[in-house]
Amino acid sequence: MSLTLLLVQGLNGLQLGILLFLIAAGLTLVFGVMDFINLAHGVQYMVGAYLAAYFAAQTGSFWAALALALPAALVVGLVLEFLVFRHLYDRDHMAQVLATFGVILILNDGVKLLFGSAPLQVPMPAALTGGVPIMDGLLYPHYRIAIIAGGLATAALLWWLVERTKVGMLIRAGATNAPMVAALGIDIRRLFMVVFGFGAMLAGFAGVMAAPILSVEPGMGDNLLILAFVVIVIGGIGSVRGAFLAALLVGLVETLGRSMMPDLMRLVLDPSAARQVGAALASMLIYIAMAAILAFRPAGLFPVRAA
Amino acid sequence: MMNIQFGRRHALGLAGGVALGGLASPLVARAQAAPLKIGLVALATGPAATLGTHLRDGFQLGMRHLDGKLGGRAAEVILIDDELRPDAAVTKVRAALERDKVDFVVGVVFSNILAAIMRPVTDNQTFLISTNAGPSPFAGRGCNPFFFATSYVNDQNHAVMGKAAQDAGYGRVMLLAPNYQAGRDSVAGFKSEYKGTVVDEMFTPLTQMDFSAELARIAAARPDAIFTFMPGGLGVNLVRQYRQAGLANIPFLSAFTVDEASLPAQGDAAIGFQTGTSWTPTLPNERNARFVRDFEGQYSYVPASYAAHAYDASMLLDSAIRKTGGNLADKGAMRTAIKAADFQSVRGNFAFGANHFPVQDFWLAKVVKRDDGKFQTEHVRKVYDNVTDPFAAQCRMPAA
Repeated sequence: MSLTLLLVQGLNGLQLGILLFLIAAGLTLVFGVMDFINLAHGVQYMVGAYLAAYFAAQTGSFWAALALALPAALVVGLVLEFLVFRHLYDRDHMAQVLATFGVILILNDGVKLLFGSAPLQVPMPAALTGGVPIMDGLLYPHYRIAIIAGGLATAALLWWLVERTKVGMLIRAGATNAPMVAALGIDIRRLFMVVFGFGAMLAGFAGVMAAPILSVEPGMGDNLLILAFVVIVIGGIGSVRGAFLAALLVGLVETLGRSMMPDLMRLVLDPSAARQVGAALASMLIYIAMAAILAFRPAGLFPVRAA
Repeated sequence: MMNIQFGRRHALGLAGGVALGGLASPLVARAQAAPLKIGLVALATGPAATLGTHLRDGFQLGMRHLDGKLGGRAAEVILIDDELRPDAAVTKVRAALERDKVDFVVGVVFSNILAAIMRPVTDNQTFLISTNAGPSPFAGRGCNPFFFATSYVNDQNHAVMGKAAQDAGYGRVMLLAPNYQAGRDSVAGFKSEYKGTVVDEMFTPLTQMDFSAELARIAAARPDAIFTFMPGGLGVNLVRQYRQAGLANIPFLSAFTVDEASLPAQGDAAIGFQTGTSWTPTLPNERNARFVRDFEGQYSYVPASYAAHAYDASMLLDSAIRKTGGNLADKGAMRTAIKAADFQSVRGNFAFGANHFPVQDFWLAKVVKRDDGKFQTEHVRKVYDNVTDPFAAQCRMPAA
């Protein structure tokens, strides 16, 4: 494998990592601050993508769709919080898992009812349709560069919010010891609602950004949710910084593993076996990495909660 | 135990017959007038439900064209959603057989569902007509006197593309498929007819959405063409990303990846991409023109082969029931009538081989954008003329 190809694959891994970060950031905040397991975070990503598809079809413009889908995703998140999640904060994790799993089923079937089960298409913004030649015969789409830039900007914004603002201070305090924050006279319920709505909007943003390159279809968030959980567990639950680094790590391991594993296996196996074993091994790689990291750092790379 | 139950049921039936003896003739008359029933197994749940929708609408259009009658007898279609779960499919199909007493079971998108309901239906001496799924075992050693397929053997479309790549003179081809049984079969099917160099075979997880790693490898290897099998949402992602990565100057050969079910989401990205198929909306025969025109008029979308093969199944049943004079009891006569395939297929050439699978043409087709802005596949050239599938030789059709 040539160096150029390796660099290209690194870029691909980076981009997958950024997308994962957008989803995992909201998840880690909700899990870390509220100690709330929200399996429905993946469908909120899907809702974002469907909102983008809907608004893009109505307005004919990706940017208008983005501008409309974000507040709409926020509203959907707040409505879910009001109707379902609010009543689960004091319940145990099993009740939360069951209820949020129910939300997955309802929303997955809901979008099918409204939009049908066929994958939808969201056109790419006209200004970003081209690509940069990064190796002989391969374009790197401008839009993917925009995803990387958007993701990095979001990460910076999150860092500023969490580290430099009063709300961020409360969020960090809540992640460390929520009862103490409440005892100090902070309306923890309202803080929870803000965090939840913001997390839903981040997931929705990821959905909008992914819509032009991935197919918009029911259940599209379910696989990413598993990856997002891997990310927040590796990063340390509740840590945005951990989620960022872990997302990049998972993105890189996943992409480089997929592209190099079959070649590595060929050193020890015959070609046809190497392809299949390599492919199977590549899909296990991030879970192996997670197990290895947890063996040395049981609370993840950047543990937040005081043990 | 079994015997006792059968005995009791028999005795009850006999007693009923005696008691109602006086009423027998009006009952018989009513039975004649009662509509015959078709159990239509069409997936309606999950991401792949679009394929079931095509299948259902294709069959229903056939029923419309036949004024709701099959062979002159009024017919009722009972929809069965298999949920893409073999256990659910078996439960529902059994209910259709035992409670609704369906006379035929038609449809089925996915091979694993067909495999699950095969025995329950055929053991019941009911004819099962697959309009899509065609796993090779049922075409070969597992062929069955109560089973027919109006579609193809799954492997054929892949082999068609292998032959097409060979005919086009592509010396180096790269293969890409999901890492599961059908994906590996697809690669094997392609290689059975392709004699050039296979640069590399790439297998990806079924859940993969981003193909950028594979696209970079394709760009690095610069093959003469790629062949891929990426059904459903996988194909939507691959096709759009392939185009976005600027790889479209490398010919994109595929099977079950670009068709009228996926094209609405693939759009412009798929234009010019090639596929191997038994049918396209453009095949030049009168039947097909009427089918496509009325289908679009009725359902407002372009039909895919799932719809065409289901439409053919309705015409096949109509011809067979007409041939037997509406008599469903004589299974042997019905089998002969179905096997005759005395109907006009939207594919033009159509006959059944000894294994009850079609002997038909296969085409190389490419994606085009129509003047009305919709997308469809258009036949380019015939790859196989009236071909029998390679598994037919292994079939020893058992006497029923």
